[in-house]
Amino acid sequence: MSKLLWEDFNPGRVFRHGPRRITREEIVGFAAEFDPQPMHLDEAAARATLLGGLSASGWHACCILMRMCTDSFVLNSASMGAPGVDEVRWLIPIRPGDELTLHATVLETRASKSRTDMGFVKFLFELINQSGVKAMTLTTSLMIGRRGSGSQPA
Amino acid sequence: MKFFEDIAIGERAELGAHTFTADAIKAFAGRFDPQAFHLDEAAAARSPFGALCASGWHTAAVWMRLMVEHQLREDAARRERGEPVAQLGPSPGFRELKWLRPVYVGDTIHYAMEIVETRPSNSRPDWGLITLRNTGVNQKGEPVISFLSVAFVERRGAKERARDRA
Repeated sequence: MSKLLWEDFNPGRVFRHGPRRITREEIVGFAAEFDPQPMHLDEAAARATLLGGLSASGWHACCILMRMCTDSFVLNSASMGAPGVDEVRWLIPIRPGDELTLHATVLETRASKSRTDMGFVKFLFELINQSGVKAMTLTTSLMIGRRGSGSQPA
Repeated sequence: MKFFEDIAIGERAELGAHTFTADAIKAFAGRFDPQAFHLDEAAAARSPFGALCASGWHTAAVWMRLMVEHQLREDAARRERGEPVAQLGPSPGFRELKWLRPVYVGDTIHYAMEIVETRPSNSRPDWGLITLRNTGVNQKGEPVISFLSVAFVERRGAKERARDRA
């Protein structure tokens, strides 16, 4: 199957992926490695915090979202990475047992002025839980190879 | 953590440094960002990055680790001096994250943070919100990551007010 190129990402196009079940073990495992705060590590200690119980690190949520993006469409596209992230909002805690679905909506596209081999695709990414509530939103522009550029990384 | 009232705009702290190994870059990418330029040297050499480089999320997650360790050291020093320690609350998010340069195998990134904004929380009177400018610079002095993060910090007297309410 040929890879998705910049020209294939039209505003309004939506990619969906999931649901993916989040386990206690992965929440605690990520926190122990990258975000060892009580609210992400220990149920009893987490109950005493503002979040009221064990929840995933926000950076873990970003990583979960990234992995769902790669599994959904990024690996099937001429992705050249991203220069950054405009904004991330962690709206509600992600708890053990939550089942998250990714909605990736193309907001707009623009050609690169400096590089003819790629263009930018601005996305709104949303992680939605099993109750239909948005847990997190992320907006960013991805760099995607253009048709005829030969820029189709492995 | 200091109490919200004791935090001043312009305060800066060095958070520490971290060296990215090929094994750690690939292990992280295998879990969270399995794009070829984060997983495989040969494929990365053919990519626009030119060599194996860390997922941007890996660079960011290491900032979080060093930030937490910095706060733990600061809190231990406060307790030793007999000072009270404020709670660092959760974060509602971040913005303007820029991955300015790739982080390659063997790069050592020095992380720092600076307070750029403070404001009381409208919805939670026991908490204030601080905005930090976070940066990472490689061993050549080149910036590789920059972003603005926001976090809740406990205000002075919150515990006493909670006791009065009880």
